[in-house]
Amino acid sequence: MNAPDRTLVEAIGLSISFGVQNTRTRVVDDVSFRIRKGEAYGLIGESGCGKSTILRALSGLNGDYEGALVLGARELPKKRGKDFFRRVQMVFQDPYGSLHPRKIVERVLAEPLAIHGFDRPSERIAETLEAVGLGPSFRYRYPHELSGGQRQRVAIARALIIEPEVLLLDEPTSALDVSVQAEILNLLKRLRRERNLTYLMVSHDLAVIAHICERAGIMHQGRIIEELSAEQIRHFQAREDYTRAFLEASIESVARREEVGA
Amino acid sequence: MDKPLIDVEDLRIRFHGAHRSHDAVRGISFTIGREKVGIVGESGSGKSLTGRSLLKLTPKGAKITAKHMRFRGTDLLAASEKDMRRIRGNHISMILQDPKYSLNPLMRIGNQIVEAYRLHHNAPPAEAKAKALAMLEAVQIREPKRVFDLFPHEVSGGMGQRIMIAMMLIPEPDLIIADEPTSALDVTVRRQVLTILDELVSRRGTGLMFISHDLNLVASFCDRVLVMYAGRIMEDLPARDLHQARHPYTQALLESLPRLDHPVDELRVPVRDPSWLDGPVYRNGVLV
Repeated sequence: MNAPDRTLVEAIGLSISFGVQNTRTRVVDDVSFRIRKGEAYGLIGESGCGKSTILRALSGLNGDYEGALVLGARELPKKRGKDFFRRVQMVFQDPYGSLHPRKIVERVLAEPLAIHGFDRPSERIAETLEAVGLGPSFRYRYPHELSGGQRQRVAIARALIIEPEVLLLDEPTSALDVSVQAEILNLLKRLRRERNLTYLMVSHDLAVIAHICERAGIMHQGRIIEELSAEQIRHFQAREDYTRAFLEASIESVARREEVGA
Repeated sequence: MDKPLIDVEDLRIRFHGAHRSHDAVRGISFTIGREKVGIVGESGSGKSLTGRSLLKLTPKGAKITAKHMRFRGTDLLAASEKDMRRIRGNHISMILQDPKYSLNPLMRIGNQIVEAYRLHHNAPPAEAKAKALAMLEAVQIREPKRVFDLFPHEVSGGMGQRIMIAMMLIPEPDLIIADEPTSALDVTVRRQVLTILDELVSRRGTGLMFISHDLNLVASFCDRVLVMYAGRIMEDLPARDLHQARHPYTQALLESLPRLDHPVDELRVPVRDPSWLDGPVYRNGVLV
Protein backbone atom coordinates (compact mmCIF):
# COMPACT_ATOMS: atom_id res chain seq x y z
CA MET A 1 0.00 0.00 0.00
CA ASN A 2 2.73 2.43 1.00
CA ALA A 3 5.63 3.49 -1.11
CA PRO A 4 8.60 1.60 0.33
CA ASP A 5 9.74 3.39 3.46
CA ARG A 6 9.53 6.93 2.25
CA THR A 7 9.85 9.02 5.42
CA LEU A 8 7.52 11.99 5.36
CA VAL A 9 7.73 13.43 8.87
CA GLU A 10 10.76 13.16 11.07
CA ALA A 11 11.86 14.53 14.43
CA ILE A 12 15.58 14.48 15.20
CA GLY A 13 16.77 15.16 18.74
CA LEU A 14 13.79 17.36 19.54
CA SER A 15 14.05 19.13 22.91
CA ILE A 16 11.65 21.71 24.30
CA SER A 17 12.00 23.67 27.54
CA PHE A 18 9.69 26.05 29.33
CA GLY A 19 10.40 28.69 31.96
CA VAL A 20 13.39 30.92 32.61
CA GLN A 21 16.76 30.38 34.28
CA ASN A 22 16.52 28.18 37.35
CA THR A 23 12.85 27.35 36.86
CA ARG A 24 13.49 26.22 33.30
CA THR A 25 12.39 22.63 32.82
CA ARG A 26 12.88 20.34 29.90
CA VAL A 27 9.43 19.11 28.89
CA VAL A 28 10.55 17.21 25.82
CA ASP A 29 13.97 15.63 26.01
CA ASP A 30 15.83 14.47 22.91
CA VAL A 31 12.93 12.87 21.09
CA SER A 32 13.34 11.31 17.65
CA PHE A 33 10.84 9.48 15.49
CA ARG A 34 10.02 8.90 11.82
CA ILE A 35 6.67 8.59 10.14
CA ARG A 36 6.44 7.09 6.67
CA LYS A 37 4.12 8.45 4.05
CA GLY A 38 0.65 7.01 4.52
CA GLU A 39 1.42 5.75 7.99
CA ALA A 40 -0.43 6.54 11.21
CA TYR A 41 1.86 7.08 14.17
CA GLY A 42 0.65 7.53 17.75
CA LEU A 43 2.11 9.18 20.78
CA ILE A 44 0.78 7.75 24.05
CA GLY A 45 1.41 8.93 27.56
CA GLU A 46 -0.04 10.42 30.67
CA SER A 47 -0.73 14.10 31.15
CA GLY A 48 2.44 16.16 31.36
CA CYS A 49 4.58 13.67 29.46
CA GLY A 50 5.12 16.11 26.61
CA LYS A 51 3.06 14.49 23.86
CA SER A 52 0.94 17.54 23.07
CA THR A 53 4.02 19.78 23.31
CA ILE A 54 5.61 17.80 20.47
CA LEU A 55 2.49 18.25 18.38
CA ARG A 56 2.44 21.99 19.03
CA ALA A 57 6.09 22.30 18.01
CA LEU A 58 5.52 20.30 14.86
CA SER A 59 2.43 22.29 13.91
CA GLY A 60 4.36 25.55 14.23
CA LEU A 61 2.48 26.83 17.27
CA ASN A 62 5.68 26.85 19.28
CA GLY A 63 8.90 27.74 17.50
CA ASP A 64 11.08 27.59 20.61
CA TYR A 65 12.65 24.16 20.31
CA GLU A 66 16.04 22.56 19.75
CA GLY A 67 16.73 19.80 17.29
CA ALA A 68 15.18 19.44 13.89
CA LEU A 69 11.77 18.73 12.46
CA VAL A 70 11.74 17.47 8.92
CA LEU A 71 8.93 17.32 6.37
CA GLY A 72 9.64 15.49 3.15
CA ALA A 73 13.39 15.81 2.81
CA ARG A 74 13.70 19.36 4.06
CA GLU A 75 14.18 20.70 7.56
CA LEU A 76 11.34 22.99 8.62
CA PRO A 77 12.18 26.58 9.43
CA LYS A 78 11.27 27.73 12.96
CA LYS A 79 8.81 30.15 11.46
CA ARG A 80 6.62 28.11 9.18
CA GLY A 81 5.63 29.38 5.77
CA LYS A 82 2.29 29.17 4.05
CA ASP A 83 3.35 26.11 2.06
CA PHE A 84 3.82 24.21 5.31
CA PHE A 85 0.23 24.75 6.42
CA ARG A 86 -0.89 23.74 2.96
CA ARG A 87 0.65 20.31 3.61
CA VAL A 88 0.13 19.88 7.37
CA GLN A 89 -3.11 20.55 9.23
CA MET A 90 -4.18 20.02 12.80
CA VAL A 91 -7.39 18.84 14.50
CA PHE A 92 -7.73 19.90 18.11
CA GLN A 93 -9.09 18.10 21.12
CA ASP A 94 -12.05 20.24 22.02
CA PRO A 95 -14.54 20.85 19.21
CA TYR A 96 -16.35 23.26 21.52
CA GLY A 97 -13.32 25.54 21.70
CA SER A 98 -11.81 25.21 18.25
CA LEU A 99 -14.64 26.63 16.12
CA HIS A 100 -15.42 30.32 15.98
CA PRO A 101 -18.84 30.75 17.62
CA ARG A 102 -19.91 33.59 15.29
CA LYS A 103 -18.99 31.94 12.01
CA ILE A 104 -21.27 29.62 10.11
CA VAL A 105 -19.80 26.38 8.81
CA GLU A 106 -19.45 27.76 5.30
CA ARG A 107 -17.27 30.65 6.46
CA VAL A 108 -15.17 28.32 8.60
CA LEU A 109 -14.46 26.22 5.52
CA ALA A 110 -14.10 29.11 3.06
CA GLU A 111 -11.31 30.75 5.03
CA PRO A 112 -8.52 28.21 4.42
CA LEU A 113 -9.53 28.09 0.74
CA ALA A 114 -9.17 31.86 0.41
CA ILE A 115 -5.83 31.88 2.26
CA HIS A 116 -4.35 29.24 -0.01
CA GLY A 117 -5.96 30.58 -3.17
CA PHE A 118 -8.05 27.58 -4.18
CA ASP A 119 -10.50 27.78 -7.04
CA ARG A 120 -14.15 26.62 -6.99
CA PRO A 121 -14.65 27.28 -3.24
CA SER A 122 -18.35 26.55 -3.29
CA GLU A 123 -17.95 23.10 -4.87
CA ARG A 124 -15.03 22.23 -2.61
CA ILE A 125 -17.05 23.09 0.50
CA ALA A 126 -19.90 20.88 -0.66
CA GLU A 127 -17.52 18.01 -1.48
CA THR A 128 -15.69 18.20 1.82
CA LEU A 129 -18.88 18.35 3.86
CA GLU A 130 -20.04 15.26 1.99
CA ALA A 131 -16.71 13.51 2.68
CA VAL A 132 -16.96 14.00 6.45
CA GLY A 133 -20.55 12.78 6.47
CA LEU A 134 -22.34 16.09 6.88
CA GLY A 135 -25.01 16.88 4.36
CA PRO A 136 -25.48 20.23 2.55
CA SER A 137 -27.97 21.26 5.25
CA PHE A 138 -25.10 21.84 7.67
CA ARG A 139 -23.53 24.49 5.48
CA TYR A 140 -25.30 27.48 6.93
CA ARG A 141 -25.29 26.52 10.59
CA TYR A 142 -23.50 28.06 13.55
CA PRO A 143 -21.39 25.84 15.84
CA HIS A 144 -23.95 26.12 18.66
CA GLU A 145 -26.47 24.43 16.38
CA LEU A 146 -24.25 21.36 16.11
CA SER A 147 -23.57 18.46 18.47
CA GLY A 148 -20.05 17.65 19.68
CA GLY A 149 -19.57 14.98 17.04
CA GLN A 150 -20.81 17.24 14.25
CA ARG A 151 -18.46 19.99 15.38
CA GLN A 152 -15.53 17.61 15.32
CA ARG A 153 -16.54 16.66 11.77
CA VAL A 154 -16.48 20.35 10.82
CA ALA A 155 -13.04 20.67 12.41
CA ILE A 156 -11.85 17.69 10.37
CA ALA A 157 -13.43 19.16 7.22
CA ARG A 158 -11.61 22.45 7.83
CA ALA A 159 -8.32 20.60 8.04
CA LEU A 160 -9.02 18.47 4.97
CA ILE A 161 -10.43 21.08 2.62
CA ILE A 162 -7.02 22.25 1.42
CA GLU A 163 -6.01 18.64 0.76
CA PRO A 164 -3.05 18.34 3.13
CA GLU A 165 -0.74 15.33 3.30
CA VAL A 166 -0.37 15.17 7.07
CA LEU A 167 -3.02 15.48 9.78
CA LEU A 168 -1.94 16.18 13.35
CA LEU A 169 -4.60 14.85 15.70
CA ASP A 170 -4.56 15.99 19.32
CA GLU A 171 -6.88 13.66 21.26
CA PRO A 172 -9.59 14.13 18.64
CA THR A 173 -12.18 12.02 20.46
CA SER A 174 -11.49 12.42 24.16
CA ALA A 175 -14.19 15.06 24.61
CA LEU A 176 -16.84 12.90 22.91
CA ASP A 177 -19.26 10.17 23.95
CA VAL A 178 -18.31 6.61 23.06
CA SER A 179 -20.84 6.25 20.26
CA VAL A 180 -19.71 9.56 18.73
CA GLN A 181 -16.10 8.51 19.23
CA ALA A 182 -16.83 5.41 17.14
CA GLU A 183 -18.21 7.60 14.33
CA ILE A 184 -15.20 9.92 14.31
CA LEU A 185 -12.68 7.05 14.48
CA ASN A 186 -14.40 5.34 11.56
CA LEU A 187 -14.33 8.60 9.64
CA LEU A 188 -10.61 9.14 10.31
CA LYS A 189 -9.84 5.61 9.21
CA ARG A 190 -11.84 5.91 6.00
CA LEU A 191 -10.40 9.33 5.08
CA ARG A 192 -6.88 8.08 5.56
CA ARG A 193 -7.50 5.18 3.23
CA GLU A 194 -9.23 7.28 0.58
CA ARG A 195 -6.74 10.13 0.56
CA ASN A 196 -3.53 8.34 1.55
CA LEU A 197 -3.10 10.68 4.50
CA THR A 198 -0.35 10.50 7.10
CA TYR A 199 -1.47 10.81 10.72
CA LEU A 200 0.34 11.79 13.88
CA MET A 201 -2.12 11.15 16.67
CA VAL A 202 -1.74 11.98 20.34
CA SER A 203 -3.88 10.16 22.88
CA HIS A 204 -3.88 8.67 26.34
CA ASP A 205 -6.24 5.91 25.24
CA LEU A 206 -4.41 2.77 24.19
CA ALA A 207 -7.38 1.17 22.48
CA VAL A 208 -7.95 4.27 20.33
CA ILE A 209 -4.29 4.39 19.31
CA ALA A 210 -4.20 0.67 18.55
CA HIS A 211 -7.33 1.07 16.44
CA ILE A 212 -6.03 3.94 14.30
CA CYS A 213 -2.24 3.67 14.29
CA GLU A 214 0.25 1.09 13.04
CA ARG A 215 2.99 2.20 15.41
CA ALA A 216 3.16 4.26 18.57
CA GLY A 217 5.78 5.84 20.78
CA ILE A 218 5.23 5.48 24.53
CA MET A 219 6.19 8.72 26.25
CA HIS A 220 7.28 9.20 29.82
CA GLN A 221 8.81 12.32 31.34
CA GLY A 222 9.54 13.95 28.02
CA ARG A 223 11.11 10.95 26.31
CA ILE A 224 9.89 8.27 23.98
CA ILE A 225 10.89 5.29 26.09
CA GLU A 226 9.93 2.73 23.48
CA GLU A 227 8.15 2.23 20.20
CA LEU A 228 5.56 -0.48 19.80
CA SER A 229 3.50 -1.70 16.88
CA ALA A 230 -0.27 -1.92 17.29
CA GLU A 231 0.15 -5.69 17.44
CA GLN A 232 2.66 -5.44 20.27
CA ILE A 233 0.31 -3.14 22.19
CA ARG A 234 -2.52 -5.61 21.76
CA HIS A 235 -0.39 -8.44 23.11
CA PHE A 236 1.25 -6.37 25.85
CA GLN A 237 4.72 -7.02 24.49
CA ALA A 238 6.54 -4.18 26.21
CA ARG A 239 10.18 -4.13 27.24
CA GLU A 240 10.13 -1.22 29.67
CA ASP A 241 8.67 -1.52 33.18
CA TYR A 242 6.87 1.78 32.88
CA THR A 243 5.14 0.71 29.67
CA ARG A 244 4.07 -2.53 31.29
CA ALA A 245 2.62 -0.68 34.28
CA PHE A 246 0.87 1.73 31.92
CA LEU A 247 -0.57 -1.07 29.81
CA GLU A 248 -1.74 -2.90 32.91
CA ALA A 249 -3.47 0.15 34.34
CA SER A 250 -5.28 0.72 31.06
CA ILE A 251 -6.16 -2.93 30.72
CA GLU A 252 -7.63 -3.56 34.17
CA SER A 253 -11.10 -3.87 32.74
CA VAL A 254 -9.92 -5.62 29.59
CA ALA A 255 -8.65 -8.58 31.59
CA ARG A 256 -12.20 -9.24 32.71
CA ARG A 257 -13.49 -8.88 29.19
CA GLU A 258 -11.22 -11.69 28.05
CA GLU A 259 -12.74 -14.00 30.66
CA VAL A 260 -16.14 -13.22 29.24
CA GLY A 261 -14.98 -13.88 25.72
CA ALA A 262 -13.41 -17.23 26.66
CA MET B 1 -29.50 -4.25 57.64
CA ASP B 2 -30.72 -5.46 54.30
CA LYS B 3 -32.92 -2.44 53.86
CA PRO B 4 -31.60 -0.32 51.01
CA LEU B 5 -30.06 3.06 51.74
CA ILE B 6 -31.79 4.69 48.86
CA ASP B 7 -35.18 3.71 47.58
CA VAL B 8 -36.52 5.66 44.63
CA GLU B 9 -39.68 4.99 42.70
CA ASP B 10 -40.84 6.73 39.56
CA LEU B 11 -38.45 9.69 39.75
CA ARG B 12 -39.11 12.39 37.20
CA ILE B 13 -37.14 15.57 36.64
CA ARG B 14 -38.70 18.17 34.42
CA PHE B 15 -37.42 21.51 33.17
CA HIS B 16 -40.15 24.00 32.42
CA GLY B 17 -39.49 26.15 29.41
CA ALA B 18 -41.39 29.14 28.11
CA HIS B 19 -43.04 27.17 25.33
CA ARG B 20 -42.44 23.55 26.09
CA SER B 21 -41.20 21.48 28.98
CA HIS B 22 -38.39 19.01 28.79
CA ASP B 23 -38.31 15.79 30.81
CA ALA B 24 -34.68 15.05 31.60
CA VAL B 25 -35.44 12.03 33.77
CA ARG B 26 -38.58 10.06 32.97
CA GLY B 27 -39.85 7.77 35.67
CA ILE B 28 -36.91 5.76 36.98
CA SER B 29 -36.95 3.43 39.98
CA PHE B 30 -33.93 1.98 41.74
CA THR B 31 -32.52 1.07 45.12
CA ILE B 32 -28.98 1.34 46.39
CA GLY B 33 -27.80 -0.76 49.32
CA ARG B 34 -24.34 -1.09 50.80
CA GLU B 35 -22.87 -1.85 47.40
CA LYS B 36 -21.22 -0.20 44.42
CA VAL B 37 -23.80 0.79 41.86
CA GLY B 38 -22.62 2.19 38.55
CA ILE B 39 -24.78 4.47 36.47
CA VAL B 40 -23.63 4.66 32.87
CA GLY B 41 -24.98 6.60 29.95
CA GLU B 42 -23.99 9.16 27.37
CA SER B 43 -24.11 12.89 27.92
CA GLY B 44 -27.67 14.06 28.31
CA SER B 45 -28.98 10.71 29.52
CA GLY B 46 -29.84 12.18 32.92
CA LYS B 47 -27.31 10.27 34.98
CA SER B 48 -25.71 13.26 36.74
CA LEU B 49 -29.10 14.85 37.33
CA THR B 50 -30.29 11.66 39.01
CA GLY B 51 -27.29 11.75 41.34
CA ARG B 52 -27.79 15.38 42.18
CA SER B 53 -31.51 14.97 42.78
CA LEU B 54 -30.75 12.67 45.72
CA LEU B 55 -29.10 15.64 47.42
CA LYS B 56 -31.63 18.07 46.00
CA LEU B 57 -28.82 19.96 44.30
CA THR B 58 -30.49 20.14 40.90
CA PRO B 59 -30.58 23.46 39.04
CA LYS B 60 -33.30 25.94 40.06
CA GLY B 61 -35.53 25.30 37.07
CA ALA B 62 -35.71 21.56 37.62
CA LYS B 63 -38.86 20.10 39.12
CA ILE B 64 -38.48 16.78 40.90
CA THR B 65 -41.43 14.46 41.38
CA ALA B 66 -41.54 10.82 42.47
CA LYS B 67 -43.84 8.27 44.05
CA HIS B 68 -41.27 8.12 46.78
CA MET B 69 -37.62 8.98 47.27
CA ARG B 70 -36.32 7.76 50.59
CA PHE B 71 -32.97 7.73 52.24
CA ARG B 72 -32.97 5.26 55.16
CA GLY B 73 -36.59 6.02 55.91
CA THR B 74 -36.24 9.80 55.52
CA ASP B 75 -38.51 11.16 52.85
CA LEU B 76 -36.18 13.28 50.72
CA LEU B 77 -39.05 14.84 48.79
CA ALA B 78 -40.61 16.30 51.92
CA ALA B 79 -37.29 17.25 53.54
CA SER B 80 -36.77 20.96 54.12
CA GLU B 81 -33.60 22.77 53.11
CA LYS B 82 -32.53 22.60 56.76
CA ASP B 83 -33.01 18.83 56.85
CA MET B 84 -31.09 18.50 53.59
CA ARG B 85 -28.17 20.42 55.01
CA ARG B 86 -27.94 17.86 57.77
CA ILE B 87 -28.00 15.02 55.27
CA ARG B 88 -25.53 16.52 52.80
CA GLY B 89 -21.97 15.63 53.66
CA ASN B 90 -22.94 13.94 56.90
CA HIS B 91 -25.00 11.08 55.48
CA ILE B 92 -24.70 11.43 51.73
CA SER B 93 -21.64 13.06 50.23
CA MET B 94 -20.63 13.75 46.69
CA ILE B 95 -17.29 13.49 44.89
CA LEU B 96 -17.16 15.65 41.80
CA GLN B 97 -15.28 15.24 38.57
CA ASP B 98 -12.60 17.85 38.81
CA PRO B 99 -10.81 18.70 42.08
CA LYS B 100 -9.57 21.93 40.47
CA TYR B 101 -13.03 23.41 40.71
CA SER B 102 -14.31 21.76 43.85
CA LEU B 103 -11.59 22.66 46.35
CA ASN B 104 -11.43 26.16 47.78
CA PRO B 105 -8.35 27.70 46.14
CA LEU B 106 -7.74 30.15 49.02
CA MET B 107 -7.77 27.66 51.86
CA ARG B 108 -5.07 25.23 52.93
CA ILE B 109 -5.97 21.63 52.18
CA GLY B 110 -5.81 20.51 55.80
CA ASN B 111 -8.14 23.24 56.98
CA GLN B 112 -10.70 22.26 54.36
CA ILE B 113 -10.73 18.70 55.61
CA VAL B 114 -10.89 19.84 59.24
CA GLU B 115 -13.81 22.07 58.35
CA ALA B 116 -15.66 19.19 56.71
CA TYR B 117 -15.21 17.15 59.87
CA ARG B 118 -16.09 19.82 62.42
CA LEU B 119 -19.17 20.84 60.49
CA HIS B 120 -20.71 17.50 61.35
CA HIS B 121 -18.92 16.45 64.52
CA ASN B 122 -18.54 18.55 67.61
CA ALA B 123 -14.82 17.95 68.01
CA PRO B 124 -11.98 20.12 69.37
CA PRO B 125 -9.57 21.45 66.72
CA ALA B 126 -6.66 19.25 67.78
CA GLU B 127 -8.72 16.10 67.49
CA ALA B 128 -10.09 17.19 64.11
CA LYS B 129 -6.57 17.83 62.87
CA ALA B 130 -5.39 14.41 64.00
CA LYS B 131 -8.39 12.89 62.27
CA ALA B 132 -7.68 14.83 59.05
CA LEU B 133 -4.05 13.68 59.02
CA ALA B 134 -5.14 10.09 59.52
CA MET B 135 -7.62 10.46 56.69
CA LEU B 136 -4.96 11.87 54.35
CA GLU B 137 -2.86 8.84 55.16
CA ALA B 138 -5.82 6.57 54.49
CA VAL B 139 -6.06 7.92 50.95
CA GLN B 140 -2.35 7.18 50.55
CA ILE B 141 -0.88 10.60 50.61
CA ARG B 142 2.72 10.03 51.47
CA GLU B 143 3.59 13.03 53.64
CA PRO B 144 0.28 14.02 55.20
CA LYS B 145 1.89 16.67 57.44
CA ARG B 146 3.41 18.49 54.49
CA VAL B 147 0.30 18.18 52.30
CA PHE B 148 -1.88 19.43 55.15
CA ASP B 149 -0.34 22.90 54.76
CA LEU B 150 -0.43 23.07 50.96
CA PHE B 151 -2.87 25.00 48.83
CA PRO B 152 -4.92 23.19 46.17
CA HIS B 153 -2.86 24.65 43.29
CA GLU B 154 0.26 23.05 44.74
CA VAL B 155 -0.95 19.48 44.31
CA SER B 156 -1.45 17.36 41.19
CA GLY B 157 -4.83 16.31 39.81
CA GLY B 158 -4.66 12.81 41.21
CA MET B 159 -3.64 14.09 44.62
CA GLY B 160 -6.44 16.68 44.51
CA GLN B 161 -8.95 13.94 43.79
CA ARG B 162 -7.65 11.86 46.70
CA ILE B 163 -7.94 14.93 48.94
CA MET B 164 -11.54 15.36 47.79
CA ILE B 165 -12.19 11.73 48.67
CA ALA B 166 -10.61 12.24 52.10
CA MET B 167 -12.82 15.26 52.65
CA MET B 168 -15.96 13.42 51.63
CA LEU B 169 -15.18 10.37 53.72
CA ILE B 170 -14.18 12.07 56.94
CA PRO B 171 -17.75 12.68 58.21
CA GLU B 172 -18.27 8.93 57.60
CA PRO B 173 -21.28 9.15 55.28
CA ASP B 174 -23.56 6.21 54.56
CA LEU B 175 -23.68 6.89 50.87
CA ILE B 176 -21.20 8.44 48.47
CA ILE B 177 -22.26 9.79 45.12
CA ALA B 178 -19.26 9.93 42.82
CA ASP B 179 -19.92 11.82 39.59
CA GLU B 180 -17.20 10.86 37.10
CA PRO B 181 -14.57 10.87 39.86
CA THR B 182 -11.77 9.64 37.62
CA SER B 183 -12.44 10.99 34.14
CA ALA B 184 -9.99 13.86 34.64
CA LEU B 185 -7.24 11.48 35.76
CA ASP B 186 -4.54 9.45 34.05
CA VAL B 187 -4.92 5.69 33.95
CA THR B 188 -2.29 4.89 36.58
CA VAL B 189 -3.67 7.53 38.95
CA ARG B 190 -7.18 6.37 38.18
CA ARG B 191 -6.30 2.91 39.30
CA GLN B 192 -4.88 4.26 42.58
CA VAL B 193 -7.96 6.35 43.30
CA LEU B 194 -10.34 3.48 42.54
CA THR B 195 -8.40 1.09 44.73
CA ILE B 196 -8.65 3.50 47.64
CA LEU B 197 -12.33 4.12 47.04
CA ASP B 198 -13.03 0.41 46.76
CA GLU B 199 -11.15 -0.39 49.95
CA LEU B 200 -12.79 2.34 51.99
CA VAL B 201 -16.23 1.50 50.71
CA SER B 202 -15.99 -2.21 51.42
CA ARG B 203 -14.34 -1.73 54.81
CA ARG B 204 -16.90 0.72 56.11
CA GLY B 205 -19.90 -0.74 54.38
CA THR B 206 -20.66 2.54 52.62
CA GLY B 207 -22.98 2.61 49.65
CA LEU B 208 -21.52 4.02 46.44
CA MET B 209 -23.29 5.48 43.46
CA PHE B 210 -20.70 5.65 40.70
CA ILE B 211 -21.70 7.82 37.76
CA SER B 212 -19.57 7.30 34.67
CA HIS B 213 -19.60 7.17 30.90
CA ASP B 214 -16.94 4.46 30.86
CA LEU B 215 -18.65 1.09 30.49
CA ASN B 216 -15.57 -1.03 30.91
CA LEU B 217 -14.51 0.78 34.02
CA VAL B 218 -17.94 0.31 35.57
CA ALA B 219 -18.02 -3.36 34.54
CA SER B 220 -14.79 -4.07 36.37
CA PHE B 221 -15.31 -1.80 39.37
CA CYS B 222 -18.98 -1.92 40.38
CA ASP B 223 -21.31 -4.61 41.70
CA ARG B 224 -24.38 -3.53 39.77
CA VAL B 225 -24.91 -1.36 36.69
CA LEU B 226 -27.81 0.82 35.64
CA VAL B 227 -27.70 1.84 31.98
CA MET B 228 -29.46 5.11 31.28
CA TYR B 229 -30.70 6.36 27.94
CA ALA B 230 -32.82 9.47 27.34
CA GLY B 231 -33.88 9.77 30.97
CA ARG B 232 -34.79 6.14 31.54
CA ILE B 233 -33.01 3.13 32.99
CA MET B 234 -32.83 0.74 30.05
CA GLU B 235 -31.09 -2.03 31.83
CA ASP B 236 -30.33 -2.96 35.43
CA LEU B 237 -27.94 -5.87 35.83
CA PRO B 238 -24.98 -7.26 37.79
CA ALA B 239 -21.76 -5.62 36.56
CA ARG B 240 -20.12 -8.91 35.70
CA ASP B 241 -22.95 -9.69 33.28
CA LEU B 242 -22.61 -6.37 31.44
CA HIS B 243 -21.11 -8.09 28.42
CA GLN B 244 -24.15 -10.32 28.14
CA ALA B 245 -26.47 -7.33 28.23
CA ARG B 246 -29.82 -7.83 26.56
CA HIS B 247 -30.86 -4.34 25.58
CA PRO B 248 -29.78 -3.41 22.05
CA TYR B 249 -28.63 -0.01 23.30
CA THR B 250 -26.28 -1.50 25.90
CA GLN B 251 -24.98 -3.96 23.33
CA ALA B 252 -24.43 -1.21 20.77
CA LEU B 253 -22.57 0.95 23.28
CA LEU B 254 -20.25 -1.92 24.15
CA GLU B 255 -19.58 -2.65 20.51
CA SER B 256 -18.79 0.96 19.70
CA LEU B 257 -15.69 0.85 21.91
CA PRO B 258 -12.38 0.03 20.26
CA ARG B 259 -10.98 -3.07 21.95
CA LEU B 260 -7.41 -4.14 22.37
CA ASP B 261 -8.20 -7.84 22.44
CA HIS B 262 -10.51 -7.78 19.47
CA PRO B 263 -9.31 -5.63 16.56
CA VAL B 264 -11.92 -4.61 14.02
CA ASP B 265 -11.62 -2.62 10.84
CA GLU B 266 -14.68 -0.53 11.49
CA LEU B 267 -16.37 0.21 14.81
CA ARG B 268 -20.09 -0.28 15.08
CA VAL B 269 -21.94 2.98 15.50
CA PRO B 270 -25.10 2.64 17.58
CA VAL B 271 -28.19 3.18 15.48
CA ARG B 272 -30.78 4.74 17.74
CA ASP B 273 -34.17 3.21 17.49
CA PRO B 274 -36.92 5.73 18.35
CA SER B 275 -38.89 2.89 19.93
CA TRP B 276 -36.24 2.70 22.70
CA LEU B 277 -37.58 5.95 24.12
CA ASP B 278 -40.62 4.19 25.53
CA GLY B 279 -39.65 0.64 24.67
CA PRO B 280 -38.81 -2.38 26.77
CA VAL B 281 -36.40 -2.34 29.69
CA TYR B 282 -34.44 -5.24 31.13
CA ARG B 283 -33.69 -6.18 34.70
CA ASN B 284 -31.06 -8.85 35.36
CA GLY B 285 -31.33 -10.02 31.76
CA VAL B 286 -35.11 -10.40 31.93
CA LEU B 287 -37.65 -8.24 30.17
CA VAL B 288 -39.63 -6.17 32.66
